[in-house]
Amino acid sequence: MINKCLIISAVCLSITIILCMIRAVKGPSNLDRLVAINVINTKIIVLISIISFVLGETYFIDVVLVYALISFIASVIISDYIQKTGGKGS
Amino acid sequence: MKLLFITLLLIGGLFFFTVGTIGILRLPDLLTRAHSAAKCDTLGAMLCLMALIVYKGFSFTSLKLLLVILFIWMTNPTATHLIAKTKLMENKKDENLME
Repeated sequence: MINKCLIISAVCLSITIILCMIRAVKGPSNLDRLVAINVINTKIIVLISIISFVLGETYFIDVVLVYALISFIASVIISDYIQKTGGKGS
Repeated sequence: MKLLFITLLLIGGLFFFTVGTIGILRLPDLLTRAHSAAKCDTLGAMLCLMALIVYKGFSFTSLKLLLVILFIWMTNPTATHLIAKTKLMENKKDENLME
């Protein structure tokens, strides 16, 4: 029963990830895309931890920790790059 | 009892994720979009991971999940703050060019 709950919530999370992807593709400026991708990273963190409980393999939690580190460093560096280059153009 | 608690926490987390997504899709400006993204980052992730902690009980895995929650709470507002600061710098540069 709990397994079924977790699977349903994972499917709902995937649907919201796809909706966020629309903004990441469409966004008028680069910073809009960065905000959308930041949210997608948070959702993927939650999704991986839910999937790890569905499969019963708890070592995925370590993957979640490393993913959170990498996503934070990526968003900081990309926003710094946009600040330096002005963010105009593609 | 435990099942009811887990389901309530998961539904709350998914509600906040959905609200944040609708805000990102519908709001008109970058700063308002960043405001709505903060809902996803703090409340949604916290409630969903809390449901998993309640499911697992008192163990080493739930300690790691707690660490993940703390890390998300520290890093995501920092990233959003940097994005908003970048937007502010761009606005100031544009105003200087106008004058």
